[in-house]
Amino acid sequence: MTVTLNPLYRFDTLIVGAANRLAVTAAKAVAESPGTVYNPLFIYARPGLGKTHLLMAIGHAARAINPRLTVEYLTLDEFVEAFHAAIAAGHGEAYRKRFLDVDVLLVDDVQFLTHRREMQAELLRLTDALQATNRQIVLTSDRPPAEIEALDERLIRRFAGGLIIDVAAPDYETRVAILRRKAEERRAGFGEAVLEAVASLAIDNVRELLGALNRLIAFQAVSEQALGPEQARMLVGGEVETSEPTAPAAQPVVESSPAVASAEPSEFDDFLSEIAATVAQQVDAWRGKVTAAVLRWQGEGFRTAQLEVLLAQEMVNDPERILREFEEDVVRLQHMQAEAAALAPELAGSAAFRDPANLDAAEEALRQAREEGAPPPPPSPLWRLDTMVETAANRVVLEAVRTVAAEPAHRYNPLVLVGGPAVGKTHLLHALGNALAERGGPVACLSAPEFTGELIEAIDRDAIAGWRARYRRATAFLLDDVHLIAAKDRTQDELFVLFNALIDAGRQLVFTSAAPLDELTGVEPRLRSRLEGGLVVELSPPDAAVRERVLLRDLESKLGTADPQLAAYVASRPADSVRAAQALLQRVLEAASAQGVTPSAAFAREVIEGQTPAPAAAKRSSSRSSGLVAPGASATRSREKMVWEWPEVSERVIEEWR
Amino acid sequence: MSLVNFTAREITCKLVYYGPGRSGKTTNLQYVYGRVPESRRGRMVSLATQTDRTLFFDFLPLELGTISGFTTKFQLYTVPGQSYYNATRKLVLQGADGVVFVGDSQARRFDDNLESLQNLQDNLLAQGVDIRQLPVVFQYNKQDLPRDLILSHDEMDDALNFRAVPSYPADALHGTGVFETLRGISELVLKRLAVGSPVA
Repeated sequence: MTVTLNPLYRFDTLIVGAANRLAVTAAKAVAESPGTVYNPLFIYARPGLGKTHLLMAIGHAARAINPRLTVEYLTLDEFVEAFHAAIAAGHGEAYRKRFLDVDVLLVDDVQFLTHRREMQAELLRLTDALQATNRQIVLTSDRPPAEIEALDERLIRRFAGGLIIDVAAPDYETRVAILRRKAEERRAGFGEAVLEAVASLAIDNVRELLGALNRLIAFQAVSEQALGPEQARMLVGGEVETSEPTAPAAQPVVESSPAVASAEPSEFDDFLSEIAATVAQQVDAWRGKVTAAVLRWQGEGFRTAQLEVLLAQEMVNDPERILREFEEDVVRLQHMQAEAAALAPELAGSAAFRDPANLDAAEEALRQAREEGAPPPPPSPLWRLDTMVETAANRVVLEAVRTVAAEPAHRYNPLVLVGGPAVGKTHLLHALGNALAERGGPVACLSAPEFTGELIEAIDRDAIAGWRARYRRATAFLLDDVHLIAAKDRTQDELFVLFNALIDAGRQLVFTSAAPLDELTGVEPRLRSRLEGGLVVELSPPDAAVRERVLLRDLESKLGTADPQLAAYVASRPADSVRAAQALLQRVLEAASAQGVTPSAAFAREVIEGQTPAPAAAKRSSSRSSGLVAPGASATRSREKMVWEWPEVSERVIEEWR
Repeated sequence: MSLVNFTAREITCKLVYYGPGRSGKTTNLQYVYGRVPESRRGRMVSLATQTDRTLFFDFLPLELGTISGFTTKFQLYTVPGQSYYNATRKLVLQGADGVVFVGDSQARRFDDNLESLQNLQDNLLAQGVDIRQLPVVFQYNKQDLPRDLILSHDEMDDALNFRAVPSYPADALHGTGVFETLRGISELVLKRLAVGSPVA
């Protein structure tokens, strides 16, 4: 049964106000191009606010634009009734076909879908079918879809996929406009301010408003005097107060119930409806499960296109297996994501780990993360800032280093340590690296040749992006021997970019260079100027005091006791680095150990200089001399100056022949 | 026989009314037949003897229409209750999706009920079906008879229904409990749609 459209319910008879402007605009758009813009269009409003008017206006307008369109309007009750009748007559398929040929289907009062699972399933099917063929479906309800009790999730989603729009209660101006228009239509004239007085009453239901107008017209028809505003307000106000606001909402139920009640309750019908509910529940149980899974996994941020495809199908073979496999894939993704996030925190929310349909992408992302996630080379744990020997000579440098360790990236960034070979740059760099590492986060500490080597390897493996990312994650970047990047253009390019990225990210950079920066040749000026932009400090070769302190510590750690005289003597020997002094001490200790004597300054002198201990030696050893013994009568007796073991004569001869 | 045919989108339920002779199995079917609109029922096939005893079996097909896109058909069968028709009973039981055991509530038929129930178990077992795995409900018919002649619902349950499956008191002649029983067994059977694997 289809109700013909009420000829009065057109767009031009609709008063448009702020409350319904959006809905009217959407409705007009739908009428102008059905099936293309908002499909389905779902309009909801409290009773009496013009839903049916809008619905029918769409029908009228659509037909006016294209008279060949088939437009069908019906209330949900009629829809249900027709369905039951068709099923009873065994014409279920014909019923479905009938609606499939409709170009614009207008269904009123769909709130009565509550608890009608079978009808919900029918409507779902119909909506899908109409949408698939670009046919328009417009529905109205007194509440939004989500508030329709026991409404199938799928229907809610379908409605949400189109446009859901509400019509609010008309404002005062609109109420006046409605009353005026209607009074005009009824050819009823009212005194000044009468309609305004009525409009000012708290009647926000258009139907009630028109009822109030009817009262006024009826009263005026029998009254000899013209109605005044106050009189009108009292007349209508009384009416409104006594009327039950929810009555209109209940009306459609009452209207439809006689039809239901007139049907003789039959045992078979009861049986049938219960069986239908059970079958629907069981057959559609998988849909419920799939929907639940979709909502759950979507909620957790996973893509569920795979499952949504299932929902669009009428029947699925073994949905349980599909769900199970989907969940297994999700679990795999979760594991992969957890691993990737541990390697690279920024991957925690990566989209690559959100699509179970694309595990390959996730695996690739994880593989990359594994490559990139390996922490950059850390500083050597051997050297620590607190074991660095501080003397007047290196105080400034150590102070700068300590400041950087205390406030990385705040004071001196970059910090460049300049000094000749074996002055302790590398030690200091690693010691600073360890201090920075204690603050947390990966600290990269490596030499320039290592840096270049890694770069070459990354280029070779075509994994340059991962290599870069690995260093960009470093909280501090310490590069030893930066002078060795000279003439290595690609290394310099990469270092330049990395430098900028790390500085921008507020990370500390520390470099060491064997040559003063202004003497660096083969290093791009842009890089050099950046190195100079921080603090450049020069490390002088360790003086005897530093050497003595280091040797004392060595003695302490090796022998348990430290002989200050021994340390002082060895430190006083000429050595251009701490390392050389340590080697000298080592030689003395090994000799002492071989001869089974306790190492002492005198013994050391004998080992180093080939002299028997002499009283003067102790005195000399404490003085700061070059360590060289002036040549004299005993010069040839200096062990250092003598060749003790000559090579074989024959070997020398051969050597000379060359 | 399959319960659900996903290809043909058809659900077919074969329900068998089982029980001792004269317990009211055919009466159940007749009552259902009388309540189903003509459009929904097929011809009820009943092969009875001159004394109205079921000779072979009764068969009542019910078309429940399209439910959730499935053409749903119920086939109600009864078996001949007399013990000497066991071959027929076995035949009818084949492929049953559910069984309604119609017990006679009269105290004097107590042993017949037990014997028939035992026979049902044996026949199912012979077909490799464990009665515990098959949807079964009990209907205790003739509850309208004078109290002193019959066993009450609880007494019948105690005697027959030791697995506590759904049971319904009935007066099949007047329809009491007939649709309740049918609904009970139908739901049990249909609920297996979800747990049972769909067989095409």
